[in-house]
Amino acid sequence: MAKTHIDKSYEAELGALREQLLEMGGLVEAAIAGSVRAVVERDAVLADLVIRKDKTVNRMEVDIDGACRRILALRQPAASDLRFITTALKIVTDLERMGDLAVNIARRAVDLAQAPALQPLHDLGRLAALSEAALAKALDAFVTADPVKAEEVLEADDHLDALYLKIFNHLLTTMMEDPRTIRRATSLMFSAKHLERFGDHATNLAEMVIFMVRGTDVRHSKNKA
Amino acid sequence: MTAPADKIAVERLTAIFGKTEVLRSVTTSIPAMSVTAIIGPSGCGKSTFLRCLNRMHELTPGARVEGSILLDGQDVQGRDVDPVHLRRRVGMVFQRPNPFPTMSVLDNVSSGLRLNGIKGDHQATVEQCLRQAALWDEVKDRLRAPAISLSGGQQQRLCIARALAVAPEVLLMDEPTSALDPIATAKVEDLIHELKARYTIVIVTHNMQQAARVSDQTAFLYMGELVEVGATEQIFTNPREPRTEDYVTGKFG
Repeated sequence: MAKTHIDKSYEAELGALREQLLEMGGLVEAAIAGSVRAVVERDAVLADLVIRKDKTVNRMEVDIDGACRRILALRQPAASDLRFITTALKIVTDLERMGDLAVNIARRAVDLAQAPALQPLHDLGRLAALSEAALAKALDAFVTADPVKAEEVLEADDHLDALYLKIFNHLLTTMMEDPRTIRRATSLMFSAKHLERFGDHATNLAEMVIFMVRGTDVRHSKNKA
Repeated sequence: MTAPADKIAVERLTAIFGKTEVLRSVTTSIPAMSVTAIIGPSGCGKSTFLRCLNRMHELTPGARVEGSILLDGQDVQGRDVDPVHLRRRVGMVFQRPNPFPTMSVLDNVSSGLRLNGIKGDHQATVEQCLRQAALWDEVKDRLRAPAISLSGGQQQRLCIARALAVAPEVLLMDEPTSALDPIATAKVEDLIHELKARYTIVIVTHNMQQAARVSDQTAFLYMGELVEVGATEQIFTNPREPRTEDYVTGKFG
């Protein structure tokens, strides 16, 4: 970012918006990590903390929306600034939704903590790590305006989907073998599904970053199921 | 939709005042029946570019031009081209409204016709031009009043009506709203949208939002060079040239 806006207050507004988005992204990253740890470690207290912290994420969505509207109305941004603002408006919606997915997982964690452990949850932890990494990388691509990093997020989503499918099939077998596990296995299955969706949102962010930097739309370019 | 034909083709246009090159080898085309906006910082050559198109530039002592400007395929600088006739085909509206102050509204509009020796009753033409300039309803009961009695915005639309009276094909506008308030500006911009059905319009403006609002094509000039020309939407959402990007986003050059 060698060149800055002549109007320093405008430059500051754009900088503040970027910071807010990153802060919100950081909160969502922590939420997803916390929610899955709560599942794996059967920690209802941690799950509850994740659920309560989501209020902050929701408030930030409203604040960032307002900041974007204000800049659009008062500054009439053009070119890359315009793409940044319209991207920010969309990114917050995805981030807020990702926060909600973390809350959903945390709710399952509360439930699961009250029943006996079902099985080792390595794969769920790995899926969480992949989802978290996807978000971290998408945010990094956003801050550094790096479309190459964003493309890596798109590619990584296939691994995420494959791992989800593996977990799904595994849990299905568990349920067939012992119907008493159905309630717990379903909770885990939902958690895995939420993580897979979380990864899809990270993919959305990455696509938006590519648009923001290059001005070309890569959404719906490959036929996804 | 087919792409509109080019009304004007500018090739390697260089404009020189004394020893200063104000425009350097500008090549671009201006599509017919559309609005082309020229943007760029002060001194970039916008107005000079505009004034070359109807040879007003050559009225400045020491000014000369290289390259060619083809209007419907014919070089406007040809020996056989009468500049007065050219300026009838390529009319101009200036930054500050410049009606003939003591002349009536009616006489202002018909002045071009009279100067060009066109005789007869001009009333019908005057009404038509005032209607086209979206001024008729406001002045129809005071056609004999002096032009100076009109508001600034009305005066500018009167000047547009005056320019239209000689039935030009191209209308050049040099910052036509910089002396007008936002409402008068909106009226002129609305008028530009109406006029492009019949005329090819080239507008120079310092107001980038105005260029974005009124034009189909935008050209960015910087220090006498044409940096980028493209569809207005592309220039303001995704310019190709970093210098255009910096200019439209308001960054240091």
